Amino acid sequence: MPDQIKAAIQEIKNYPSAIFGICIILSLFSLAVYSVIAIPYQDAITLWRADVGIWDRTPRNARPAWFNWVPGVNLPQNISSSSQSPQAKKEITDLGNGMSRIVIELPFRFDYDGFPKEITLFFDAEYTETRPWVSLVWHTPDGREIDIVEQSIREQERLRISQMEDLRENLFGYRPLIGLFMKPESEPPDVKKGEYKLTVDGLVFEEDAQLDVDIVVYGQLYGAAGTDHRRRSLAVALMWGTPIALAFAFLAAVGSTLTTMFIAAVGVWFGGIIDATIQRITEVNMILPALPIMIMVGILYSRSIWVMLAIIIILGIFSAGIKTYRAVFLQVKEAPYIEAARAYGAGNLRILIKYMIPKVLPMLVPQFVVLIPSFVFLEATLAILGLGDPLLPTWGKVLNDAHQQDALLSGQYYWVLLPAFLLITTGFGFAMVGFALDRIFNPRLKSY
Amino acid sequence: MFGKDTTDLKANYSFLFMWRHFKKICLYILKRFLILFITVTIGVYLTILVANMGGAVDEIREGQIRESVSMAVARDPEFQELSSDERQGITAQRVELERERLGLDRPFIVRSFMYLRTALTLDLGRAETLRSDSGSARVRNIMLERLLPTLVLFGLADIILFTVAVVAALFLSRRYGSKLDRAVVALAPTSAAPSWFYGIFLMLIFASFLGFLPFGGMVESPPPDTHLQYFLSLARHIILPLSAIILSAVFLAIYSWRTFFLIYSREDYVEMAKAKGLPSFSIDLRYILRPTLPTIVTNFALMLISMWMGAIVLETIFNWPGLGRLLFRAINQYDTPVIIGSVVVYAYLLALTVFLLDIVYSLLDPRIRVGEGTENA
Repeated sequence: MPDQIKAAIQEIKNYPSAIFGICIILSLFSLAVYSVIAIPYQDAITLWRADVGIWDRTPRNARPAWFNWVPGVNLPQNISSSSQSPQAKKEITDLGNGMSRIVIELPFRFDYDGFPKEITLFFDAEYTETRPWVSLVWHTPDGREIDIVEQSIREQERLRISQMEDLRENLFGYRPLIGLFMKPESEPPDVKKGEYKLTVDGLVFEEDAQLDVDIVVYGQLYGAAGTDHRRRSLAVALMWGTPIALAFAFLAAVGSTLTTMFIAAVGVWFGGIIDATIQRITEVNMILPALPIMIMVGILYSRSIWVMLAIIIILGIFSAGIKTYRAVFLQVKEAPYIEAARAYGAGNLRILIKYMIPKVLPMLVPQFVVLIPSFVFLEATLAILGLGDPLLPTWGKVLNDAHQQDALLSGQYYWVLLPAFLLITTGFGFAMVGFALDRIFNPRLKSY
Repeated sequence: MFGKDTTDLKANYSFLFMWRHFKKICLYILKRFLILFITVTIGVYLTILVANMGGAVDEIREGQIRESVSMAVARDPEFQELSSDERQGITAQRVELERERLGLDRPFIVRSFMYLRTALTLDLGRAETLRSDSGSARVRNIMLERLLPTLVLFGLADIILFTVAVVAALFLSRRYGSKLDRAVVALAPTSAAPSWFYGIFLMLIFASFLGFLPFGGMVESPPPDTHLQYFLSLARHIILPLSAIILSAVFLAIYSWRTFFLIYSREDYVEMAKAKGLPSFSIDLRYILRPTLPTIVTNFALMLISMWMGAIVLETIFNWPGLGRLLFRAINQYDTPVIIGSVVVYAYLLALTVFLLDIVYSLLDPRIRVGEGTENA
């Protein structure tokens, strides 16, 4: 056995496609390991569940940040500036009577060709009774000052400047999102690049009242993979999808091929009624529609990926593969060394496990590798049907979200293409290695 | 297609001989039909067992009873005067009676066989929310209405796939090692992805980007008036899903069949035929395709079975009004009767595939005609 494997490894070097496939598999594997280490299991679940407050500061439906690598494209990235950061200025003057004036200046650079998606201020105020009062002024690079609003704020107030439609009259009739960033009188609106500044002039009316504020100018681009309709960074799902896809497919492939082989061996060895029963069960199983049954279980019982895995393995035990293995085992059973084993008094189980199965095991290797992509895609198929695991982020669930939000119709191609790319790369990687192994282990195919 | 087996004797054509063959084939088909029917029954029974482990089937039946009884009680003027408590008491009483009448109080084993009959005849009662286009809520009507579009799409895809793959495989097996051959071998791993996956890309290119072809649906809405226009519209809509199905399977089929043909083309009798100077076309047909056809048909049928599964998502993505999309909608609306009905229909479709395969097999495999057993082939 080890010799056979060594020989196979030697031989696989002759197949460039297999080498390429192995490289793909290895890089996927490292991505999987990295993801699990970088984002622990529980964090991945919390992030993807998108609890309140986790994804406030990421843009909705933003494209991946590397869009700007395309020459001539310079779309806004996400910008945030906090009153606690060193760039910001914060002056507190005591006005007596417990009142104080807090002036915060939030500077940021805006050097992009497009307009941002949203502008939001996140206040963090501490007070017991009287709310602080703030007035906001927007400073453009060319020195204009635009009054935005004067109002009192609550503890965790959020001011969505981009939605303040009444600013239009000060902004040449444009929406704040465009008006705040455009060159005056430009038609169509052009971005004024340079150093912007927002001043927050606040009054607090209590002795130990506090006032802090962050500004987030939501970009059109975000992160390595963009974001979805719930502002979640797709990178999280794409990264965590890797270990899930690999583990799921690997376990499904191992579970279904090994059991199938064992059952076939048992059938051949004992023959008679056992063999006949196994054959009949296989025929019934061929007619059982696996995916609809999984769907049924998903709806009626549980959508957990591990329950699905169990069903795949159970339905896979008596798969059509039994017929192929059976044919091989029938030959193996007649081999002289089996008779020798019998002669020295080896038991049934010993003959099965020590003599029959190892003989056919190499045949299993290529099949096993070829099977993996089909299970990776099966997970995606289930997810597209809305039966993805309820907690874990997977590639299929990203595709499902994209499909439900009509990503292709609205031109958000990245949302479909990135998970699709990962799926097809995985599929190709394993298929290429599997095909090469098939030729190595099945001598009849070798010369073709 | 290649029915005239010239390797057989001329006696093949004598009427008596053919009659005997015909009888044997019919017997074989009948036997297979019975076996498959029993298999489907067992399969559906297992499905019911799985579905009812959490009491889903019971719930469907109870829900139906409760609804109809409470409707009847609410409508009945006799009970209008009573207080709501009393009315509820009467409803509960009647539900109990109805349960007894329908046998829901009997042990599960007995009930499961009752369910088996209703499932096999698709008499699954009324859907919870889904309706057929004609407005019927009966599960059977909804399912039957959806069957035709699925059969049109997949039947057509199967025929094209089989023809293209066999012709291409024969062609490549004669040009072993050529650039085209190597390209097909390199493309074989593309079949790792299911049809819906290619569907997304085709849609992206041809519908979203180029705008040549529609995003989905079976015909334009509203449907065209004349038959010709209807057909043309159908043709325009079927191109993308059809290509997706074919694309997802064709390269693997060509690759594996070509390899198979190559192995067979090394047989001595092929060399012999070559030496005799037969044209390569008839060598392909008579000496390579003929003996390999049963295996290829089996291989093809297994491929079909896996394709049925892909149908669910493909139809959903292309909005094709077939069984797959119905199942998808049933999932989204938690319409359990339709979901269980779909599982049964898919079981029937798989059995039908296997049955058709058996018929083709009986025509192709001379051993069946001559009367040898095929089970241990």
